[in-house]
Amino acid sequence: MQTHRRYSFKNQHFVGEEGRLIPLLQQVQAEDGYLRPERLKEIQAKSGIPLAHIYGVATFYAQFRLKPVGKYLLRVCHGTACHVSGAVELSQAVEKHLGIPDGETTPDRLFSIETVSCLGCCSLAPAMMINAATFGNLSPSAAVKVVKKFQKGERS
Amino acid sequence: MTRVTVGLSTCGLAAGAEDTFTALGKKLADLPEAPELLRTGCVGMCYQEPLVEISNGDGVRYLYGHISPDKVGRLVDEHIGKGEPVGDWLVWTSAGKGTDTAYLSRQHRIVLRNCGNIDPESIDDYIKTGGYLALQKVLEAKDPDGLVNVMIESGLRGRGGAGFLTGMKWRFTRQAPGREKYIICNADEGDPGAFMDRSVLESDPHSVIEGMIIAGYAIGADHGYIYVRAEYPKAIDRLNIAIAQCQERGFLGDGILGSTHAFHIKLKEGAGAFVCGEETALMMSIEGKRGMPRVRPPFPATKGLWEKPTSINNVETFANVPWIVMNGAKAFNSLGTQNSKGTKVFAMAGKIRHGGLVEVPMGISIREIVYDICGGIRDDRKFKAVQMGGPSGGCIPAELQETVIDYESINKTGAIMGSGGLVVMDETTCMVDVARFFLEFTQRESCGKCTFCRVGTKRMLEVLTRITEGDGKDGDIELLEDLAARVKNSSLCGLGQTAPNPVLTTLKYFRSEYEAHITNKKCPSHHCQKLLTYTITDDCSGCMLCVKACAVGAITGERKTVLVIDQSKCTVCGECYKVCNLGAVHKD
Repeated sequence: MQTHRRYSFKNQHFVGEEGRLIPLLQQVQAEDGYLRPERLKEIQAKSGIPLAHIYGVATFYAQFRLKPVGKYLLRVCHGTACHVSGAVELSQAVEKHLGIPDGETTPDRLFSIETVSCLGCCSLAPAMMINAATFGNLSPSAAVKVVKKFQKGERS
Repeated sequence: MTRVTVGLSTCGLAAGAEDTFTALGKKLADLPEAPELLRTGCVGMCYQEPLVEISNGDGVRYLYGHISPDKVGRLVDEHIGKGEPVGDWLVWTSAGKGTDTAYLSRQHRIVLRNCGNIDPESIDDYIKTGGYLALQKVLEAKDPDGLVNVMIESGLRGRGGAGFLTGMKWRFTRQAPGREKYIICNADEGDPGAFMDRSVLESDPHSVIEGMIIAGYAIGADHGYIYVRAEYPKAIDRLNIAIAQCQERGFLGDGILGSTHAFHIKLKEGAGAFVCGEETALMMSIEGKRGMPRVRPPFPATKGLWEKPTSINNVETFANVPWIVMNGAKAFNSLGTQNSKGTKVFAMAGKIRHGGLVEVPMGISIREIVYDICGGIRDDRKFKAVQMGGPSGGCIPAELQETVIDYESINKTGAIMGSGGLVVMDETTCMVDVARFFLEFTQRESCGKCTFCRVGTKRMLEVLTRITEGDGKDGDIELLEDLAARVKNSSLCGLGQTAPNPVLTTLKYFRSEYEAHITNKKCPSHHCQKLLTYTITDDCSGCMLCVKACAVGAITGERKTVLVIDQSKCTVCGECYKVCNLGAVHKD
């Protein structure tokens, strides 16, 4: 997951610094797609940071997931501009099409839906992201069409 | 030499600019004398994406809007092949023609000076426009105190929202005891509706980095962090590229440009917490902890990151710095009003005709931005309100559209300048629902440290939700006001203190809408689904489309007669309204 980002741990913090926990968790999530309990214990063993602290941080930030996600992560924007432009209807349409509620993953592990606060594409509202690609000016049916394209690509 | 440039930042990419770029590449390669094909960042005309600019050898620039791949053929054949600009798609030329000239001609670009003009991944492009000259000037002058004074004199105030004088912040940090100091660039742009920081980072990352290096010199800091949202992968990529280029050229590192000054930058990726936009929470997050704010004082200027003096400024603030150094404090403070100097970038979104980024001098009115620059309301609907300042801000009604943009005037309305997101709302937007939307946001993003913010926002959300669902009770408005005052007074950080603002401003200006929801069980904007009644008018042709669409079988009647909705069965899902081609389903 998140293969779109050339994730760099090295670029994130100065040597010998304590603030490495979040970059470490990000790195683990970039590799596995989510935070597996074994990996959290591994971080504890290597860094000496208490597991409770690690768990506290992992559950505080919205980015970290303790459950696996699908191959395609749909992030439906619910920012202000998207909200007044019909993001709720868009979410409903996508959820209905994939048959899963917000925050869940399809049984075939292909799609996950996540509602996010703002993707920063407000002038193209309503918008959604599928992995690294952003789609804007969507109607509910246009959003479903985009998802179908990905589904078709998976089958062929 | 003819040059063809395509805007490739997130807005452009979402509109399909990558395909346009590829199509242009193929098409141009067929020409005998292939023109240069270049990438650039965000021009700011997001509503016209994908944007393609062609500049002829004579220096005139032509900007074309909505260039999808299928239009590339005609564009290249006519403009480059025959030398005739395609009038139909032309939105702007540097010679003053085009359909959308008003959008750019009323703007004054300082922060966005390079956005859409340079390749953000090329340091040479930035240097060609005078980049890093400001840094050289500062290093040669060897007068950090003078530099701080220039910043104070310029009147530049923090563009992140609170509007504290940047120069003063630098002075406090400079004067704070301690050898180790830090500069932080706050690029955790979390306000829904604001995207100027993303655009600047994606389109002109070097201007922000140069601003940071200069700030480091002014304060005496060797280390800097850019804390950027993980939701902005393009910005992260371009910053990483820019930082690597700076290290190569000696703008970053030990002994910058032969001086004794050292500066290093690390890029810290946020992990998705709105509260981390608050400075003390942001520093906690850099330190690898849960992003929870702490009591101030001590302020970051004396005790910040790792307990060391820290100056934390916004992306837009830093982008202003090199310009001020080069052009002087006078040039900057001659723009704007008495207490708000310079320009401000606004992210225009919502029900506006021309949404995108606009940079205007302070002191311009809301009406001028909405109507004169951005073309008014989409679909010629009625202008109702603008929402400023995100979840900490408020709604300014259309009656107050002559309000001028400066920190104090905006505060007087109950909203705040914030980071500069301006979401325009029309008559179809329900203000109670907008208030509920923001409370849902702050309630979710509250870090949970202060009881009133954690529980109070939840209770407020519950009240607002029941009002929009038709279960509002007498006394709900008073309950909201009471809770709002308590949350405001009993929260530690800006998030909690300002969370009630959207409710308070909508109550102040749109109280009758709340009353209509509670007393009449009606939504005047016809937005709140549960308060609607659907009926079929005599325009019905009996086509039976709605009958098929109705999931509960509430619509009955013969084919080719006027159909009827059984209100006792109707679940007000609105499907009949959506499928009717004749507009015969009436909603009230």
